[in-house]
Amino acid sequence: MSTSAKAAAGHGRAELSEGARQERRLGLLLCAPAVIVMVAVTAYPIAYAVYLSLQRYDLRFPAQAKWVGFGNYGAVLSSPFWWQALWVTALITVVSVAIELVLGMALALVMHRAVFGRGTVRTAVLIPYGIVTVVAAYSWQYAWTPGTGYLAALLPAGSAPLTDQWQAIGLIILAEVWKTTPFMALLLLAGLALVPGETVRAAMVDGATFWQRLRLVILPLMKPAILVALLFRTLDAFRIFDNIYVLTGGSNDTGSVSILGYDNLFTALNLGIGSAISMLIFLCVAVLAFIFIKIFGAAAPGGEPERR
Amino acid sequence: MRRRRTLRARWPAAIAALPLLASALAGCGSSSSGGPVTMNWYNFPDDSGALQQAAERCSHASKGQYQIRYNKLPRTADGQRQQLVRRLAAHDAGVDIMGLDVTWPAEFAEAGWVREWTGALKARATADTLKAAVQTATWKDRLYAVPYNSNTQLLWYRDDLVPVPPKSWAEMLAQADALAKAGKPHYVEIQGAQYEGLTVWFNTLVTSAGGSILTPDAQAPSLGAPAVVAAGIMRATARSAAADPSLSNQMEDENRLAMESGTAAFELNYPFVYPSMKANQPKLFQHFRWAPYPGVTAGRPATVTIGGIDLAVGAYSKHPDLAFQATLCLRNRDNQLTNALKGGLPPSLRSLYQAAELTKSYPFAADVLNALDTASVRPRTPAYQNVSIALAHTLSPPAGIQPESTVSDLRGQIEDALGSKGLIP
Repeated sequence: MSTSAKAAAGHGRAELSEGARQERRLGLLLCAPAVIVMVAVTAYPIAYAVYLSLQRYDLRFPAQAKWVGFGNYGAVLSSPFWWQALWVTALITVVSVAIELVLGMALALVMHRAVFGRGTVRTAVLIPYGIVTVVAAYSWQYAWTPGTGYLAALLPAGSAPLTDQWQAIGLIILAEVWKTTPFMALLLLAGLALVPGETVRAAMVDGATFWQRLRLVILPLMKPAILVALLFRTLDAFRIFDNIYVLTGGSNDTGSVSILGYDNLFTALNLGIGSAISMLIFLCVAVLAFIFIKIFGAAAPGGEPERR
Repeated sequence: MRRRRTLRARWPAAIAALPLLASALAGCGSSSSGGPVTMNWYNFPDDSGALQQAAERCSHASKGQYQIRYNKLPRTADGQRQQLVRRLAAHDAGVDIMGLDVTWPAEFAEAGWVREWTGALKARATADTLKAAVQTATWKDRLYAVPYNSNTQLLWYRDDLVPVPPKSWAEMLAQADALAKAGKPHYVEIQGAQYEGLTVWFNTLVTSAGGSILTPDAQAPSLGAPAVVAAGIMRATARSAAADPSLSNQMEDENRLAMESGTAAFELNYPFVYPSMKANQPKLFQHFRWAPYPGVTAGRPATVTIGGIDLAVGAYSKHPDLAFQATLCLRNRDNQLTNALKGGLPPSLRSLYQAAELTKSYPFAADVLNALDTASVRPRTPAYQNVSIALAHTLSPPAGIQPESTVSDLRGQIEDALGSKGLIP
């Protein structure tokens, strides 16, 4: 069945008319410049990272570079440091994205329904997102450091929350949520605008409560927007670096996989291992994106079934 | 065309900015480029102005041969190393002179990033210089840098609580215990956070117990019984009444603050705590005393780890000969004295420790010199960074150390680090 369908498709393809073929050639020509730029700025670095990850390569001793095949990947995957970092990263990703989704949805509803001062509300909500992450992270860091911070002063004397693994992870998540909830809210607000007003009013006339309208009407209609928001934020959260770098520097087992990669690349100067870590992060992100598309299926952007 | 214009535009500006050199420039038209060579000096960021002053003095003394530009590196040692490494790996010809932490020369020399000091230059670089400091700049019996400032720790204590300073760790912990029982301030302030300071503590204890972290050829871990003794002292300290509750997060500055806040009786730290105590806590300062670092066993003085900065000449510098001369000028007696008085950093020239100007503001100069004369050097290997990270990671937190098994873990991790195998945490 499937083979015959494939054969039919191949057959149909071969039978393109002269005009269609020329159109195709023109299309390829038109997108060629963009493809060339993409290859230059993304494909080449990725390929180079793959190449480096298969070597024993120390920045200090380039002459001693040696081909080791998948040895670096073996070293990373058998190291407890990698699994520790992956677990911390996964925890931060899941918790922060979950909180952001709920808070972002609430903020989106507020922004959507605000009758007066709409512009002011939206601007106020967006302020955290407009602040440079490193600047925000430093202000969090000072706030939580005993002696310099107003938040640390609220805690019992002698406690230094950024120096304990669990407390520090909690504070990293807090900083992430504070920072990126507006982004989530903005994406959800766009989705909210897609929900036709008359559908909601019809549900209202039918006697649906607010929760019923939200659960049965609004959320299903917003599914594509929610998926995009979740996908973006999950991939971003998985690559978290700046907040951790400033808040704890990855000490006390609070480092994410990106911090691990950075330390191995720039402190140990081990280009082979560092590139292998980068490639593994890349693979994790690819797997996450794939899972999202699979779960949400047709709702995913570009995932709609072929109609032609 | 455009390039020539900017060059031409630069000369009047340079001359205007350097009235001191203007006459020298006018009189000296024979040099090929017709002006002083710019000598880029990368060193730790100094807020006291001592380094900038040295750069100006030496530029002036060169009589128009070179103009030293002092470029400040990032504050943290890791940040400094990263910037230097990136520049040198890219063969940056603009790195003429650089300040290296005493643990880096082996790495930079092995990578071929710094020039060797030989002949008359070497003789001038090592004359009157502390032996341990020269050792830090030496790799495979060749000299790759010249000591700039040194540093070492002393035992600081309060004589209102501790009438007789302890000679050994056991004695100090017993005194702290007695103070705790009497309800008096009793903490021993030491660097217990997971960072370089923890490695320094371990190195001091291991060498004081007569051992070493690496074998003399730096090819394998040595450790052994002295390391077990050292790990045992760290554990005992962390689990005794002497331990500050935040021991496992403390670095030098937290130690200083704790001592100044009056909760501690002892502090093992660098001399910068002395002027700070004088400025911040004049009352406590009246009882603030110093003594040699306590030993591991009674009757055997401690060998405290040496710190400081070594100056090296970049391998890709276009003017190595001038760079060597400029380096020697930057670390000469006058400039080291200024650095010691303004910046508070102990010099690397022995004779300075007898200078009246220094002993006036450094009443503990003789004790610092004594400690530096018997100082121990941290493991010298190109893989030092990896070795140190492995050490600090395994020894943290100090209360969790199990002497025998921790030392055997260290052995495996150091072997991996030396072979640059595996990951760093």
